[in-house]
Amino acid sequence: MDTFALLAQGFLVALEPINLLYALIGVTLGTAVGVLPGIGPALTVALLLPVTYKLDPAGSLIMFAGIYYGGMYGGSTTSILLNTPGESASIVTALEGNKMARKGRGGPALATAAIGSFVAGLIATIGLALIAPWIVKFALSFGPAEYFALMVLAFMTVSAAFGDSSLRGLTALFIGLALGLIGIDLQTGQARLAFGIPDLLDGIEVTTLAVALFAIGETLSIAATPSSGDERIEPVKGSVWMSREDWSRSWKPWLRGTAIGFPIGAMPAGGAEIGTFLSYSVEKQLTKKPEEFGQGAIEGVAGPEAANNASAAGTLVPLLTLGLPTTATAAIMLAGFQQFGLQPGPLLFTSNPQLVWGLIASLLVANLMLVVLNLPLIGLWVRLLSIPRHWLYAGILVFATLGTIGANPSAVELGILLAFGLLGYLLRRFDYPIAPVVVGLILGPLAEQQLRRALAISQGDLTVLVHSPISIILLTLAAAAVIVPLVMRARGQGKILSQLAGDED
Amino acid sequence: MKHFVFATILGGLLALPAQAADYKIMAPAAPGGGWDQTARTMQTALQDEKVSSSVQVVNVPGAGGTIGLAQFVNQAKGDPSQLIVGGYVMVGAILTNASPVTLDQVTPIARLTGEYEALVVPAASDIKDMAGLVEKLKADPGAVSWGGGSAGGTDHITAGLIAKAVGVDPTKVNYIAFSGGGEALAAILGGQVTVGISGYGEFESQIKAGQLRIIGISSDERLEGIDAPTFKEGGVDVSIQNWRMVAAAPGITDEQKAAITADIDKMVTSKTWQDALATKGWANTYLAGDEFKAQLSKDIESTSAILKDIGLVK
Repeated sequence: MDTFALLAQGFLVALEPINLLYALIGVTLGTAVGVLPGIGPALTVALLLPVTYKLDPAGSLIMFAGIYYGGMYGGSTTSILLNTPGESASIVTALEGNKMARKGRGGPALATAAIGSFVAGLIATIGLALIAPWIVKFALSFGPAEYFALMVLAFMTVSAAFGDSSLRGLTALFIGLALGLIGIDLQTGQARLAFGIPDLLDGIEVTTLAVALFAIGETLSIAATPSSGDERIEPVKGSVWMSREDWSRSWKPWLRGTAIGFPIGAMPAGGAEIGTFLSYSVEKQLTKKPEEFGQGAIEGVAGPEAANNASAAGTLVPLLTLGLPTTATAAIMLAGFQQFGLQPGPLLFTSNPQLVWGLIASLLVANLMLVVLNLPLIGLWVRLLSIPRHWLYAGILVFATLGTIGANPSAVELGILLAFGLLGYLLRRFDYPIAPVVVGLILGPLAEQQLRRALAISQGDLTVLVHSPISIILLTLAAAAVIVPLVMRARGQGKILSQLAGDED
Repeated sequence: MKHFVFATILGGLLALPAQAADYKIMAPAAPGGGWDQTARTMQTALQDEKVSSSVQVVNVPGAGGTIGLAQFVNQAKGDPSQLIVGGYVMVGAILTNASPVTLDQVTPIARLTGEYEALVVPAASDIKDMAGLVEKLKADPGAVSWGGGSAGGTDHITAGLIAKAVGVDPTKVNYIAFSGGGEALAAILGGQVTVGISGYGEFESQIKAGQLRIIGISSDERLEGIDAPTFKEGGVDVSIQNWRMVAAAPGITDEQKAAITADIDKMVTSKTWQDALATKGWANTYLAGDEFKAQLSKDIESTSAILKDIGLVK
């Protein structure tokens, strides 16, 4: 049977009323947990796993897939409206999305996120069905040296998000890098910068830092600014829906975001965040309206949102073809497979085609369901912003605290949240950009581990870093990302660049 | 469905009067890992077999289980309804993290399951068997890179034990730590490291598909269904089991301990538990009481010795 016949058969499984119901429960739950910071899809799937002993394998996996996609989608809503990223993959969305929301363009921001997620999920799921074996081969060709080159590229391109002062940007980045050192070192098992506090042994949680810097920092900064009369945010200016211009500015970022997110998501050490960083910098470079970046550019929402959903589908590539879980949620889905006596791996596509194609078909169904469920809700969501400011920010504070405590019930974690909230306020007060801190915390440890692995394998030989075409290409791109702006600046186009960099938090 | 719900409610009601204590099980790890799955499987088995009417699982992740352990020792003291899941990894983590609490401070109940370590190479590798690996290792220990889980964990300890057994300085072992079995697997499949070492389950489907070659397993005897020689057959006198256990709170009375042990015993012999082990591929290495206690202290002793040899613990 060829692929399409198998897929058609998959749809027959997925479109059974009971499976549609499971998909609906899945996406609804997923969206709900995605919205709550801290409580991620991994925990939800883990909680539901025992319940599904009673269901058939197809039904429960369809539900898990719905949760997974829903979670990726739900994280963007709070990022855009409340500047409180629910998942680490939606941190970048907050940069432009929240600016848009505050200008009364929350509707189009949510819409481009929803439709972008749909488009990306659709293309990436089809990609999963058709080109999974090749993607996997590509992903496996990435060794520590290649990953390190990818991290270097990510560092260089995100430096574009530094704002107009490189010094301040670098300072913020290095704060993030320093925070990234905290915890047990993977290669030697020794604790670094933990100061004997057991809670620090596992390092600083990315979502805690992001929520603290973005949400708590902003709340403090609002509270510290004397109120000047009526400062209510206008929830809706213009249409709630996307205008013709929004559409024409969104479709290319959706496609580019998908092209970036899908392969990176398929890489065992890629992860969703890096795809969103790269997509954001690409959009910033390619946009026709660089002056809007940092002030609410729709491209900056469309691209990263597409990238994070595409990477969610990408994660399933190694899971289904190799039995290799690359995220916590995928690990639990693997446990779900095993619970029914199925061993994901090279043999799954041939030994259980019905289930695999049923899953792929239901991912497509879940995707459609998400967009149908969420588009009508946008009008309701943006009403959140019509809440008077002091109520709104008090609410954000409660929400952020509850989410953090919910994910890790520890007093130390709460202390970390508040301390970094204060740091977020200070950074804002003295005009330092916020995003590089989070970027440093995410990329720093990854880059360090990959570099050390590469050098350990080569026994200290530095040429290992440029031994493959992939790493040479990535490092060349990284060098270009630094040199091209320098050349442009030298040729007197610095004005555009500094506007391009803009202020962003 | 309706009948099923009805039966469940009825069953629950009938079971109530005969109810033993409700349990709260701590999984000192994030959702999804081995300890979490063990705790949740226990939850299902205890409830379905009506040993306990309500079992709750709490996750306290971090630092190889030592954060959860510390919290458990402090909060559960003298409370017979609280249990903690743990395992061999905890033994090493307590030593490398210089944890203020140790396994001496809980009441070990039983070892539940175990998994053996498998040594694999990519199908295209020129290493055919254990002897081939030993030869390379003796020629130049640094040139053999070992891919496995985090430093100081079972995988790392096994690599150190193998080196020591064949007379190679364990500090020379070029061990590359990955954040989990999955990431290590990718590096092994991609030919980034010379050999891979991790629990057999991590590699099973790749071995069956012929993408990895297994050159040894860490059990004492050959295992049914696994076509691989033991380390000992390959001339390396090492055997190790990555076990998982359940322990109760410190400071409980002997009667309370006996009651918990009886409940766990009931669970282990139940069909639900046995079925779960089969589908998950976990070996039943149930060992309770003083025998387990003796085994535990032996493991702690040997682990601390090898960690010192590798140079992770001073």
